[in-house]
Amino acid sequence: MSRGVLIVLIAVFVQISVWAASPVDVYQFDNESQQARYKSLIEEFRCPKCLNTNIAGSDAPIAQDLRRTVHRLVVVEGYSDQQVRDFLQARYGDFVLYNPPLNTRTVLIWVMPGVLGGVGVLVLMVLLRRAHRRGAIELDADDKSRLQSILDHD
Amino acid sequence: MIAEFGQLSLALSACLALASGIAGLGYHVPVLRSLRASTVSMVVGQFVFVSIAFVALVTSFVNDDFSVAYVANHSNSLLPWQYKVSATWGGHEGSFLLWILIMSGWMLVLATRGVNYPPRFFARVLGSLSVLNLGFICFALFTSNPFERMIPMTPADGGDLNPLLQDFGLIVHPPLLYAGYVGLAVPFAFAVAALMENRVDAAWARWSRPWTNFAWAFLTLGIALGSWWAYYELGWGGWWFWDPVENASFMPWLAATALIHSLAVTEKRGTFKSWTLLLAITAFSLSLLGAFIVRSGVLTSVHAFAVDPERGLYILVFLAAVVGGSLTLYALRVAGRRAEIGFKILSREFFMLTNNVILVVALAVVLWGTLAPIGYEALTGDKISIGVPFFNLFFVPLMLTLALALVLVPALNWKRTSWRAVRATTLRALPVAAVLGGVSWYLTSPKSAVVLAALILAMWMILTHTLDVWRRLRRTRSQPLAYWGMTLAHLGFAMTIMGVAITATQSIEEDVRMAADEVVELGEMQVRFLGVREVDGPNYRAQQGVFIVTEPSAESFELRPEKRQYLAGGNMMTEAGIRGGFLADTYISLGEPLGEGAWAVRLHYKPLVRWVWFGALLMALGGALAVTDKRYRRLRERQSATDAAAKGAV
Amino acid sequence: MGVGYVGFSLGDRHQLPSALLGKPFPQFTATLLYEPQTRVVREDILGLPTLVNVWATWCPTCKAEHAELMRIAATSDVRLIGVNYKDSRLKAMRWLADYGDPYDINIVDIDGALGVELGVYGAPETFLLDADGNIVYKRVGDVNSRIWREELAPRLAQMGVYRAGAEL
Repeated sequence: MSRGVLIVLIAVFVQISVWAASPVDVYQFDNESQQARYKSLIEEFRCPKCLNTNIAGSDAPIAQDLRRTVHRLVVVEGYSDQQVRDFLQARYGDFVLYNPPLNTRTVLIWVMPGVLGGVGVLVLMVLLRRAHRRGAIELDADDKSRLQSILDHD
Repeated sequence: MIAEFGQLSLALSACLALASGIAGLGYHVPVLRSLRASTVSMVVGQFVFVSIAFVALVTSFVNDDFSVAYVANHSNSLLPWQYKVSATWGGHEGSFLLWILIMSGWMLVLATRGVNYPPRFFARVLGSLSVLNLGFICFALFTSNPFERMIPMTPADGGDLNPLLQDFGLIVHPPLLYAGYVGLAVPFAFAVAALMENRVDAAWARWSRPWTNFAWAFLTLGIALGSWWAYYELGWGGWWFWDPVENASFMPWLAATALIHSLAVTEKRGTFKSWTLLLAITAFSLSLLGAFIVRSGVLTSVHAFAVDPERGLYILVFLAAVVGGSLTLYALRVAGRRAEIGFKILSREFFMLTNNVILVVALAVVLWGTLAPIGYEALTGDKISIGVPFFNLFFVPLMLTLALALVLVPALNWKRTSWRAVRATTLRALPVAAVLGGVSWYLTSPKSAVVLAALILAMWMILTHTLDVWRRLRRTRSQPLAYWGMTLAHLGFAMTIMGVAITATQSIEEDVRMAADEVVELGEMQVRFLGVREVDGPNYRAQQGVFIVTEPSAESFELRPEKRQYLAGGNMMTEAGIRGGFLADTYISLGEPLGEGAWAVRLHYKPLVRWVWFGALLMALGGALAVTDKRYRRLRERQSATDAAAKGAV
Repeated sequence: MGVGYVGFSLGDRHQLPSALLGKPFPQFTATLLYEPQTRVVREDILGLPTLVNVWATWCPTCKAEHAELMRIAATSDVRLIGVNYKDSRLKAMRWLADYGDPYDINIVDIDGALGVELGVYGAPETFLLDADGNIVYKRVGDVNSRIWREELAPRLAQMGVYRAGAEL
């Protein structure tokens, strides 16, 4: 790529308008499963300097470098998925993972949705029990006989 | 001159908003009695003046008036006229003016069609809406004035509209979306007025429903359209990214969906009142929160408007006032109220409740995922990202649970249903659904258990609903429109589930190097690359690739993706070549030239992707249909008769 | 509500905290800018407190910080190593000839591989290393007089490097 295009693309630390280019890299893979792994991995990592895009979807040079790195790690070095994640996390920090890591500091983030779900289930159970109880005392003997006569006429 | 006229007009509408706010909310104040009668005309006046302001801005765009800063930043003389018009809402200031226009529009419709509501209640509704509108207009006038001039530094030509926005999508997506966002202010105002009156009952719910459903339908369409637009415009074949701005629009939708169901229960059974009120307040609060997130720079997103802390502060204060005020009112009036009726587990009440709980939990999870990175950074100083994997992990099971609940819905009655009746429709349909689902799943590759579950649940939902329709039609010839609305909307949901399940897992994507005349296989199709030629557009120069795609049935079609360079700003953009079909899309986008006439090309095959949006369309139609029922129209006549009698008696 | 307030008070959204703080400078192999045959590895840059500055000729901000770097080179004892990032050797040499060369050593990272090891995502970025080669501070963005005064000079003073001629 010419330097001119590079200069245009790398407006350093200045918010640039989005280049609507979905980058197409033509990489070679040894087999289909490697290619599938590569594709799913590059969707997991965040481009460090873009406005919230994964490295699969960005044309920024750092995204290209990282895609090339992931390709090299998967195909040439034979890293496993987790090893690739660890590699990038060690160099770019937690920020680069769209799936936040699970450690003592992030455990609350992961646990909260479960807690919310649990609260929801609890609410349902409590309200149901209350409604059940109320439903059970609604009809007394008079009402029941009246109801029966109505049903008989139906 | 026109711009100044527009600004003046906007200021006038602010005055009217203030006046009608005072008149409406101060209904019982004797001094203001004279204003009371003119509340409606003041609302009409607001609309008129806001429209004038809006038209003034559009005119500035169409006339290429680059002395107006906003026009200079978002337009260009080479821009085709339809994009000059839509560029009006292509940036923050103008899109906010659109927001105000739509708000005034809703108020106008309400004012002219709602005259049969009790006068004091109605006055308070209009008053609350006017106060909100006043807040919006002041925000525009003081922090985001689209009419600011750039004299004497007037540029010769504008900076051009971002090429991504030079598209049909921009023309329709924001208006529809805002119609939804802003429309939720109406049930909000109804809730606030009801709280002020201290009168919440089935009648109130009946009045709220049509407005809420229409707002919800608009919001559904707006979001679906945004997703579709991102799909064909951005070139990566995706249609939802759990981006903070997308989430900001999705959360009010989740709340509004819960609200339309909750209102139905309050109308029919007079219960869940306080919960419905809370939902109405929450839905609109989330709309406002969404506006804050998008315009304040708090979150990082490609969708976000330009950062300006001053604006963010204003909205924050406004948000605090509106949400805090309404919640305080709620707490004061509602504390201690309980649901008064009983029902069993196999009842519509309980399942509506389940719907609400699931949707609210989903909403809370999305909110959490969107805001947690900010909190984390504040607490630890470190940055993390929460993206697609996290959201999908929690959202998918929630939606599947909702689908399971929906399976039983057609067979349910209010209060209690016998297990036998439920069993009849539901279990009978299960084997068929399992077979259909299983067979389709079998044809998929790669396979996943989640997809199997999704397919079976969706088919099951469709079957139980269809069986119920058939059963009812056998008994009586006609069913209320509300029933058709519900059925249509639920079928739409099933369709969306299937679309999502299939397209997310079965899409094929190939990145290949193609030389002229080369043929590549895409799934079962053959794609031949014929080469690239130069094409000139109205304001761009493009390199257009020509591809012939041949299907296994020997039918073939042509696709012409482009790589455009816009003349005004030099921006580059990729325009994908898409062949849309009901059952699948074929999608080709050009990458970079690799020398010697060869190009990097991305090929997509996306089965059932259109079902995602078509399902949403059905949902919106169903929701709107459910409230065009005669009983809503009949009610108004009955209500006005009652009012006439009451007035006569006084 | 609280989120909004907090969200405002957070710093520049585009500055990622470095994942390498406190860790040793990564292993690498590169060539010198002026002597393409000479290989440089990590061990060669140990031993002194060092500022490693990632720069390029295509980066406008690097031009802006260049004056400050020249000043630092002239008035301070810290060793300055440049990493020419994804650039052309010829252009880099010409640039330094035109504007001045503040660097003690300049190494070439032609494809950004060293950058990836360092967690670099744009230019300019500057790392402060102690004598043992551990990264004690990273600056994403230009090194200006404020950064020198508030971040670099104090840390260097702790390592025993002082500016020749007062005024901290």
